Amino acid sequence: MRVTVRLFARLRDIAGASEIGRDIPAGATIRTVWKQLAGEFPGLAAYEKSMSSALNADYARMDAEVHDGDEIAFLPPVSGG
Amino acid sequence: MSVPLFAIGPAPLALEPLVSAVASQSDGVDPSTGSGRCGAIATFLGLVRNHNQGHRVQYLEYEAYEPLALKAFARIDDEVRARWPGMRLALHHRTGRLEIGEASVVIVTASPHRGDAFAACRYVIERVKQIVPVWKHEHFDGGDVWIEGATADPDDQAAREQAERIACA
Repeated sequence: MRVTVRLFARLRDIAGASEIGRDIPAGATIRTVWKQLAGEFPGLAAYEKSMSSALNADYARMDAEVHDGDEIAFLPPVSGG
Repeated sequence: MSVPLFAIGPAPLALEPLVSAVASQSDGVDPSTGSGRCGAIATFLGLVRNHNQGHRVQYLEYEAYEPLALKAFARIDDEVRARWPGMRLALHHRTGRLEIGEASVVIVTASPHRGDAFAACRYVIERVKQIVPVWKHEHFDGGDVWIEGATADPDDQAAREQAERIACA
């Protein structure tokens, strides 16, 4: 199945893309997707403890299961205001 | 046309239309408590500062995950109403390139008494900094850097309590 990954701010700079399509196995979680990306872009790994994740534009935990067509986002620490 | 109470995007921010929107808003619960019930409106504008951590800032670029930011705004509104029943809130955040002195965020709170309005206004900016998916890209003399603040976790009760303590100090 295929998902879309959105990356923001420094994570986007590290990966060099704001939106990435990925094929992942059935039963995958957000963590599966993250591990795959962090393997491909080693600079992302430093954010494993500090980033947040979202599923279809809602905050979600890393163990949330993902489905075909989902949008997953990885968010570095925020700095609005 | 009235402005929305919650918005995020590249348009320059204006305080007065938001104040009017909040002042004329019914609380949606009791039609007899119309616009006259508020004795206080508190406002906050966040501005782009010309210096940060020893850098001379040239300009900021704000990036947002907009659909999630709007949900975070709604969550903050829910928190405010739970803590201060009947409080009215408007919150706009800007994205894109902002020059020194421009407003990046505008918050308006309205309530019967000033103490609650001030406290809720402070609470909202603290929560914006904790859980709204927005990032500052600072461009300064000699370089640029992404500012990274809080790990966003809306279910982190300790962070929420900290915001409330700061607001009610």
